[in-house]
Amino acid sequence: MSARTINFTLNGQAVSTTTEPHRNLVELLQRFDLFGARESCGQGLCGCCTVLVDGKAVSGCLYFAVWADGKSISTVEHLDADGALSNVQQAFIAAGAFQCGFCTPGFVLMTHQLLKANPDPSDDDIRHYLNGNLCRCAAYPEIIDAVKRATKAAT
Amino acid sequence: MNQVGREIPRLEVRAKVTGRADYTHNLRLPGMLYGKVFRSTVPHGRIKSIDTQAAKELPGVYRVVTGEDIRKLIPEPYYGPAFHDQPILALDKVRYVGEPVAAVLASDPHVAEQAVQLISAEYDELPAVYDEIEALEPKVLVHEVLKPAGTFADLKHIQGRKGTNVALDYHLRRGDADKAMAGADRVFEHTFKTQQCLHLPFETFVAIAEPGDERLTIHTSNQTPSFVRIEIARLFGWPENRVRVKIPYLGGGFGAKVYVKLEALVAALAMLVRRPVKIVLTMEEQFYMITKHPTTFRIKSGVDKSGRVVARSCQVYWNGGAYADIGPRVTQKSGFTAAGPYDIDNISIDSYALYTNRTPAGALRGFGVPQLVWAYESHTDLIARELGVDQLEFRRKNLLREGRPQASGTVLQDAAIAEVLDAIAARMAWNKPFDHGSGTLRRGRGIAIGFKASISPTTSVAIVNVSADGSVYIYKSTVDMGQGSDTAFAQIVAEVLDVQAESVRVVAPDTDVTPYDMGTLGSRSLYHMGNAVRLAAEDARAKLRALATEAGLPEGTNYPPPEIFKKRFGMQAGNVIGTASFVPSYKSPDPQTGLSDNVTPFWMVGGAGAEVEVDIETGHVRILRLINAADCGKPINPAVARTQLSGAAIMQLGFTLSEAMQLDGGQVTNASLADYKIPGIGDIPPMENELVAGEQHSGPFGAKGLGESGTFGVSPAIANAIHDAVGVRITELPITAEAVLRALRANAGRPLEDE
Repeated sequence: MSARTINFTLNGQAVSTTTEPHRNLVELLQRFDLFGARESCGQGLCGCCTVLVDGKAVSGCLYFAVWADGKSISTVEHLDADGALSNVQQAFIAAGAFQCGFCTPGFVLMTHQLLKANPDPSDDDIRHYLNGNLCRCAAYPEIIDAVKRATKAAT
Repeated sequence: MNQVGREIPRLEVRAKVTGRADYTHNLRLPGMLYGKVFRSTVPHGRIKSIDTQAAKELPGVYRVVTGEDIRKLIPEPYYGPAFHDQPILALDKVRYVGEPVAAVLASDPHVAEQAVQLISAEYDELPAVYDEIEALEPKVLVHEVLKPAGTFADLKHIQGRKGTNVALDYHLRRGDADKAMAGADRVFEHTFKTQQCLHLPFETFVAIAEPGDERLTIHTSNQTPSFVRIEIARLFGWPENRVRVKIPYLGGGFGAKVYVKLEALVAALAMLVRRPVKIVLTMEEQFYMITKHPTTFRIKSGVDKSGRVVARSCQVYWNGGAYADIGPRVTQKSGFTAAGPYDIDNISIDSYALYTNRTPAGALRGFGVPQLVWAYESHTDLIARELGVDQLEFRRKNLLREGRPQASGTVLQDAAIAEVLDAIAARMAWNKPFDHGSGTLRRGRGIAIGFKASISPTTSVAIVNVSADGSVYIYKSTVDMGQGSDTAFAQIVAEVLDVQAESVRVVAPDTDVTPYDMGTLGSRSLYHMGNAVRLAAEDARAKLRALATEAGLPEGTNYPPPEIFKKRFGMQAGNVIGTASFVPSYKSPDPQTGLSDNVTPFWMVGGAGAEVEVDIETGHVRILRLINAADCGKPINPAVARTQLSGAAIMQLGFTLSEAMQLDGGQVTNASLADYKIPGIGDIPPMENELVAGEQHSGPFGAKGLGESGTFGVSPAIANAIHDAVGVRITELPITAEAVLRALRANAGRPLEDE
């Protein structure tokens, strides 16, 4: 399958690369040494591969790399670009909201999305919004706590 | 400041929230090839032919390898911790659907995957056996000859045994169960079953082998680096120091990643092609790697007039699948606790590991104990109900208490069984009236408690290195897969050396650097390696003091290391190395009676209380409240410990309510997260988690392991609560709405038709 050239913005930087049409966004990011988006279930069900495309969350495992052409791609690695952890990242640490950490970038990114859409979510809002992310270590109570801490930190 | 008991965040938190934590998944090496696996489509058959021609011809394919190619490199290419029964790629026979038969190597994993589709194999199909009870009859033989590894004394007698699927039979005889049963006032007998389910770590199995000059480096997501080194060296006939195993953080393990999994395959492939080889499994392929034992447990108890259990007999059948893995150890190590945490004078236990034509079963968070607790706590509840005695009081009356011998004969010490039960009962306000609801929504509550022995015999070695500037390193081969062991060790060592825990550097497992450890399994790390790092830190402290004395510094003061080094050597340079091995004493069970008065260095205790609401029209069960309590001794880091307790309970909640591998003709039909339902954030009931104050006197600063204790009570507590709500008994996991509805309808004399 023939490769084609794509141009996009990656974590604020204009980049250009070639990719074959069958590759997904997770593989594309790995080429840039970004490993925070991780393919796990391969079906868009676990949220480990969450990436923001033009500000919208997508499953990187189901998003073709070529679709990145002309888009702005943002990954978990961009959150502390200025050297400081985001309020959500700090809240996840304070709440101890993970164990193995494999799913954590997805939860962190989705929590940012949630708080953008709803700055003061209820427990039910949190559960509803984060239902597309799974954590096999099951740090769910701690994750809910982290979201609430991030809410408080922002206000 | 006290370092032990502090609720510090895990050491690696920043790396984990920024997505920069180091996992084997991330690693790519120059010249690396990707391997993809062609798998058996039949559950049992003789391999007639494997056609790899089309795959070889696909542009971009580097090599296609079969079991026969590997046999040329390694004459006896069989591995396993208890039996050398598992071929690196299938040889002569396939024994389960999904068994690796061939591997394709290519620089592009997509090419390798496409090539796998072009391979075909022909088999002479053989009859298959899937059920552990049917496997007792040797009509279908999964293995023609049994090949125990020789590592375990209790397996030696079955070397070369033929005509059986029984990989281990363990028997315990305490008192005279038959006689006591005959003399009992009432006798109760039940059978309970559990399903096949699995770990599903989100970092799927991944391993890379990197051939070097006369040696091999293996980068892998594995819980047992020392074992991998030894086993790969054995396969190649090498000394151990020619194999190096490196392990960064793990994206979950739960017992899946113990012993050899992908490592033998990548090692053989890399040695064949002399290039680095990486294999990453898909989520679907994890269903063909390792699972949790399905079980059938027949349990029978005799009770006297006063309500004391005077006899209990247990027959446990463990469905181990096609290869033994660590199943024979589950059969024995968990088997001897099958009678539960009760003080019973007459016990007989028979525990059998069976081969079947399923995906192999091994260790999964609890090492068989959750299956046992499911049965004995359901059974205990049923007895109390039949006797018309309060379920809590019945347990209290029969409970195994401190200083009394457990079934094996080992005296219970530092096991807060009564305290854990009390903690749950107090939170549930058990003695207060309970509203059972009315109409179509009925409520009930249930309680359950279990215990587990730790691993022995076993060895942990640690090194603590103090640099001349006073900064501290820990070298150990324990794998931090999320449980927080690195942080706990840092706190222990910091306590001994009087430094800040956050400043301690914990070196990732690397068998060229970090010393031997049996493995990160069975909740053993905090106790076994925790003791080793504590002793190594004490050794370093003693050596620093000796150095200070040599330097002529007055005794009785703690000098900062830079001062000691400068005074002694005239410059701030060098290291002080503390070392220690921790090997607890152990007495192997008597082969005839299964008894030993020193069978475990410590006991884990965990229990649960559940309040449920059952919709009698649909069978739907809603958990209103789940209480988890465990004895972890004195916690090193209570916050991390509570998350372990909670996480284990939620994992077990999945195994209780929804998770089950479905088989059709030996083929798994729900091998994906779309069809195999694990708990999500919307499935978590209101939970309370309590660390019951205890002290493990032989543990580091009074602590002991906790990784599995949260799993013990969950399943039976829920089944007991359902019984309390609607009067029906579920005897088989998982407890789906359909199972409850079937039981309700059968109970009402209007059974649903079979499927």
